[in-house]
Amino acid sequence: MSAGILLARHAQNLLGALGALTRNPVGTFLTVSVIGIALALPAALHVLVQTGKSAAGNWDDMRDFSVYMAPATPLPRAETLARELRKRDGIDSVQLITAEAAVAEMGKDPVFANALAALEGNPLPHTLVVRPAAGMDGEQLGKLSAELQATPDVDLVKLDLQWVQRLNAILDFLARLGWIAAVLLGGAVLIIVGNTIRLDIQTRTEEIEVAKLLGATDSFVRRPFLYLGLWYGLFGSLLATLILAISLWLLGAPVARLATLYGSDLEMAGVGLETLAAVLGGGLLAGWSGAWLAVSRHLSGLRPRD
Amino acid sequence: MIRFENVSKRYDGAREALSNVSIEVAAGELAFLTGRSGAGKSTVLKLVALIERPTRGQVIVGGRPLARLGYRDVPAYRQQIGMVFQDNRLLNDRSAYENVALPLIISGTGEREIGRRTRAALDQVGLLDREKYPPRALSAGEQQRLSIARAIVSHPKVLIADEPTGNLDPDLSLEIMNLFRRLNEVGVTMLIASHDLPLVERFGSRRIVLSGGQVSGSESTAQTTGAGK
Repeated sequence: MSAGILLARHAQNLLGALGALTRNPVGTFLTVSVIGIALALPAALHVLVQTGKSAAGNWDDMRDFSVYMAPATPLPRAETLARELRKRDGIDSVQLITAEAAVAEMGKDPVFANALAALEGNPLPHTLVVRPAAGMDGEQLGKLSAELQATPDVDLVKLDLQWVQRLNAILDFLARLGWIAAVLLGGAVLIIVGNTIRLDIQTRTEEIEVAKLLGATDSFVRRPFLYLGLWYGLFGSLLATLILAISLWLLGAPVARLATLYGSDLEMAGVGLETLAAVLGGGLLAGWSGAWLAVSRHLSGLRPRD
Repeated sequence: MIRFENVSKRYDGAREALSNVSIEVAAGELAFLTGRSGAGKSTVLKLVALIERPTRGQVIVGGRPLARLGYRDVPAYRQQIGMVFQDNRLLNDRSAYENVALPLIISGTGEREIGRRTRAALDQVGLLDREKYPPRALSAGEQQRLSIARAIVSHPKVLIADEPTGNLDPDLSLEIMNLFRRLNEVGVTMLIASHDLPLVERFGSRRIVLSGGQVSGSESTAQTTGAGK
């Protein structure tokens, strides 16, 4: 068969399969809807994880050390220590918050303002906010913390990593959950498409048998059904993307409000190219594979019998 | 052209449908397979069409032992064989033209050639003016002629037919048989299974008589005046 004829046959099968879908709009809509919903769920989990990672990134400053100087440490000593630390490897920046600046900041809150007014002097120490270099792991951070703690005139070193670590653990869990959901629901899509194609094969059994008797190869018989599976996968993927986009649009404002309450400018991650490619690729692959399995199973019954 | 060498065929859990059958149909010959229902006529044709494989023995078509053909070789082999079935096996959701064109589409023939050969085959069986009709809109005789057109459109060297006149009245049966004879006259080797002895006897062709899965005779019959014209 020449390349031109083969190409023409593929084009005929591709359009023929599309025509078959339009001839049964209700059945097509139901199948595509189930596929769309099944694909949207893991994609939504993926977007949720991306949003969470973005949140964790926004709160990266939670890695900062708060180095509280001992009470009554003079300001020049705190300034000297800040200069020394800025020169050290493994430290990105050091910000000095003087005791006066800290008490002024605290005084802006009416609750604390009354309490501070009742005190005779400033109870707050000078504080150095030390930001470690990016990419330091837990062990390195622990070592730095110990070194800072051992510095003369330092009273307390505080590193509040715990909740960021918890958030990352939750995100890892959700990411894993997303993969499991993707595999399970991808399998479900494969079964849905396979079953739909199987029903279609049943209505075209005679045509297939006649074609085989007239010398049709398995690929000739399989081709229109593979295109049918691909169309199901494509339309299911597009519906999944639409469901996802609408869901993200609906969730965008509440998430932004929630983030504002926590002092963050966090926004829901959108349907990026990566997600779109994964949903499209997954849908097409599941549609194609489901069709392949359904047709192959049928064709195995049409082999010459011994 | 078609040779069976000590061929036996047993279906699962059943008695032997064919038992040690040896037959030969020469190139260009028209031979009839006759016998009662269950004699093994259809099994012979299924073995030639590679729908079944023999339990024992060898089937050779066009010099090729069919046992050597693997599953992937079957389509190409079947494209060289014309088949006519008792129940036509026409597709009612397609037009007469599309039914006849199907073997050419399967074999990857170009569109222009498909058009030319399909119309030539329809013309040969007298159905060119019915090309747009679906098979169910045609009479029983026209449907059988249509299935013959589908069988010959690929210009096969071998044509097998299983009870091609089984559902037809005597006049239509004769018309179909005459059509086969005309095809045979241009060199197509034919093996036709039929239990319609009076009809077969009107043609001066060899009869292979099957009985209980065995060949019980092979004879030529004198051609009756009026047949084959």
